Amino acid sequence: MDVTFKIRRQNPEVPGKEKPYWQEFVLADVDPTDRILEMLHRIKWEQDGTLSLRRSCAHGVCGSDAMRINGVNRLACKMLVKDVGERVQVEPILGLPVIKDLIVDMEPFFDHYKQVMPFFVNDDPAPADGRERLQTQADRELFDDSTKCILCACCTTSCPSFWANGHYVGPAAIVGAHRFIFDTRDQAGNERLDILSEPNGVWRCRTIFNCTPACPRDIEVTKAIGEVKLAIRKGSTDGVIQPHQVG
Amino acid sequence: MKVHKHDAIIVGAGGAGLMAALYASKGGADVAVVSKLYPTRSHTGTAQGGIGAALGNLDEDKPIYHTYDTVKGGDYLTDQAAARILAENAVDAVIELEHMGLPFDRTSERRISQRRFGGHTRNFGQELVRRACHAADRTGHMILQTLYQQCIKNEVHFFDEFQVVDMIVVDGVCAGVIAIELGTGEFHIFHGKASFFATGGWGRCGAVTSNAHSLTGDGAAIALRRGVPLQDMEFFQFHPTGIYKMGILITEGVRGEGGVLINSAGERFMERYAPSAKDLASRDVVSRAIYLETREGRSIKNRGYMHLDVRPQTVNRYFAEEGRDRSDFIDEATVERKLPDILDFCRTYLGVDPVKEPMPVQPTAHYAMGGIPTNIEAQVITDAGGAVMPGLYAAGETACVSVHGANRLGTNSLVDLIVFGRRGGMHMAEFVKAADWAQLPANPEAEIRAEFERLRRSSGKSRPGELRAKMQATMMDNVGVFRTQETVQRGIDELAELRERFYQDIHIDDKAHVFNTDLMEAWELGALIDLADVTAQTAIERKESRGAHSREDFKARDDENWLVHSLIHHDGELANPAYRVSFDKAVDLSLWEAEKEQGLPEGEQKFRPVERVY
Repeated sequence: MDVTFKIRRQNPEVPGKEKPYWQEFVLADVDPTDRILEMLHRIKWEQDGTLSLRRSCAHGVCGSDAMRINGVNRLACKMLVKDVGERVQVEPILGLPVIKDLIVDMEPFFDHYKQVMPFFVNDDPAPADGRERLQTQADRELFDDSTKCILCACCTTSCPSFWANGHYVGPAAIVGAHRFIFDTRDQAGNERLDILSEPNGVWRCRTIFNCTPACPRDIEVTKAIGEVKLAIRKGSTDGVIQPHQVG
Repeated sequence: MKVHKHDAIIVGAGGAGLMAALYASKGGADVAVVSKLYPTRSHTGTAQGGIGAALGNLDEDKPIYHTYDTVKGGDYLTDQAAARILAENAVDAVIELEHMGLPFDRTSERRISQRRFGGHTRNFGQELVRRACHAADRTGHMILQTLYQQCIKNEVHFFDEFQVVDMIVVDGVCAGVIAIELGTGEFHIFHGKASFFATGGWGRCGAVTSNAHSLTGDGAAIALRRGVPLQDMEFFQFHPTGIYKMGILITEGVRGEGGVLINSAGERFMERYAPSAKDLASRDVVSRAIYLETREGRSIKNRGYMHLDVRPQTVNRYFAEEGRDRSDFIDEATVERKLPDILDFCRTYLGVDPVKEPMPVQPTAHYAMGGIPTNIEAQVITDAGGAVMPGLYAAGETACVSVHGANRLGTNSLVDLIVFGRRGGMHMAEFVKAADWAQLPANPEAEIRAEFERLRRSSGKSRPGELRAKMQATMMDNVGVFRTQETVQRGIDELAELRERFYQDIHIDDKAHVFNTDLMEAWELGALIDLADVTAQTAIERKESRGAHSREDFKARDDENWLVHSLIHHDGELANPAYRVSFDKAVDLSLWEAEKEQGLPEGEQKFRPVERVY
């Protein structure tokens, strides 16, 4: 089948193209199960080498190729032609400055991530037997969902609160904090809760729910944010998540 | 020209690079990590099934068993002392990762959970052992995230989206590297007392591959061009279970959890090829079996793929036949919990639900056993005698220690990068304390800048995408799982034509500087052509079959003549290389030699090269 791609483009170095514009490309012999990323590659490799995008693993794990496809945030490598039809509109993700075509400036996004102490803290001496710290299966399960985050920015750049205020840390950073706040081995949960109770922390979230369907890893982002809010309200993580039976 | 000066320059931010960065900075070195990708995009993050370490949390296990499996898995080309370090250090390294917060799955005893993997056994091959420490089927993701997070905590200095394109060698000493800042197109010099290549593999030499688009072997190609030989390049692993046509990896952990490979006759054919380990034989054995079944007309629909079946009813039926305890039996919930990403890949890309249907799989280009030769401290060596190039280190897939020999065992890639990234980082921290700054030559970037200008201004007719596709096809057809003198020669001839077009007739559209991915992809293609070429050049010289190198015209392993590493040197011009291949770097057989010294009879010598049987 033929598929028409309408791509939002911009190139700071080419006169007349510094401002965003749309360009259409038609691809023939497209298979419904082809990935959008492969189609963008075909455009780049067969028609116009200047088309610029980030990509790496091509199967939804590295988080490089977040873009807005037919109006929703998706990884181009996890979206198939059959999911979007014969006319595909592709734009850069919103809320971050566009550098060139589909490439946006990711620095603000990673800066937000770094604000929430996204690293394990436990200053106790390691177990004297030289072995691992112990953790039950149920406790491990408490933060399983938030360990799946690949920092692709699909959630944060789908969030109207983030669009309105770029200082809001955003859903991805909160998920990053959640992963440690609810890890029973970690000791800096309260510091993270303090950071996230600041004005640009979790309370900027208005529970709009755009983030959850945007997540290519199926993380329940809004739920994770809700759990952090509840922990702040309670002043503790105790009992915020009910461990369910782990088989 | 911007010049950055740091004690240690780490090139690449995957597992090996971040581990080296962490330990070098903990050791007091001023470290900069230079990476063409944001660190969390690195390919370590796609590793799925687990990291091997003889913790013995579920089955009795010892590092010496892991050593044995690694040596045997490598078809005895593995350096035995290095394998022993790998297995012993793996235990400490995995525990350290847990102490850094890595969220491993847990046993009911609250310890790190472990699963079976191909070729990993207890008591020198007696039975399969649960050794692969895992976090669902995203173990690599967890390792990469944890290391990146710890680097943030330790305030490691990152240069993200800076692509290293050359290295600076002054009087035989590595004085740093040259990178292009992708966001501006500007050249930067990174002047270091030590430089560390952790740039990963070159799976993009193959048409069907599990590897990321970014895996173009930059570090290995740069080293080769600057006078460092590459070791054991003829050994490239095809993973038996890639998603049909796409090559996306389906972890061996699927078979570790009981999944089986089935041909069009409905047979579990691995029973014939590996009566004991069956589907969990080493990868080279399983990939060859798939090709042989295909030749006999037993691939599914005669299209060259097999079914990988992890449906509970299938798994439990074979478990029952094997007399396994009913407590081992699995249900759909087990599959969902232990292999969530695999299910997601199959549902997304194939519309196949693995708890209800088998998955279509075929071998996929996966891992380079060869690479930049190093010693056990990750220092790069430049000859068969082990002479070190001062100031240059390498670890991970781009390096060759050699712990993988002729065929890497599953999980051992993660073990390699953690163990040797760590050792290299520690060694580098000490090295930079004593080393002097090498004087930079005038305009060290002139040569590579000229090469980029040539590419940018090119006006030929050949698009990089077309040349790359042809190169990938010729490698699959001629230098793939099975090889002969004739096919490899054809590969070499075709690569020479592609090289000529690359240097005489290339054309790129993008003439700009900001994020010129067209230009960078063209340069990466040059690296891939070099690596494909040296793979073929060594494959044609090794006239035996060993591990992943299967010569149909020399079917037997020949220890008398070929139990030796290859080294290939690149002389001459980029556009017109002259290669020298030598087979004089001895394989370290020290564990076997110790057994002989102890007076053990041959039958009791575990490390004596014998025929591999799984």
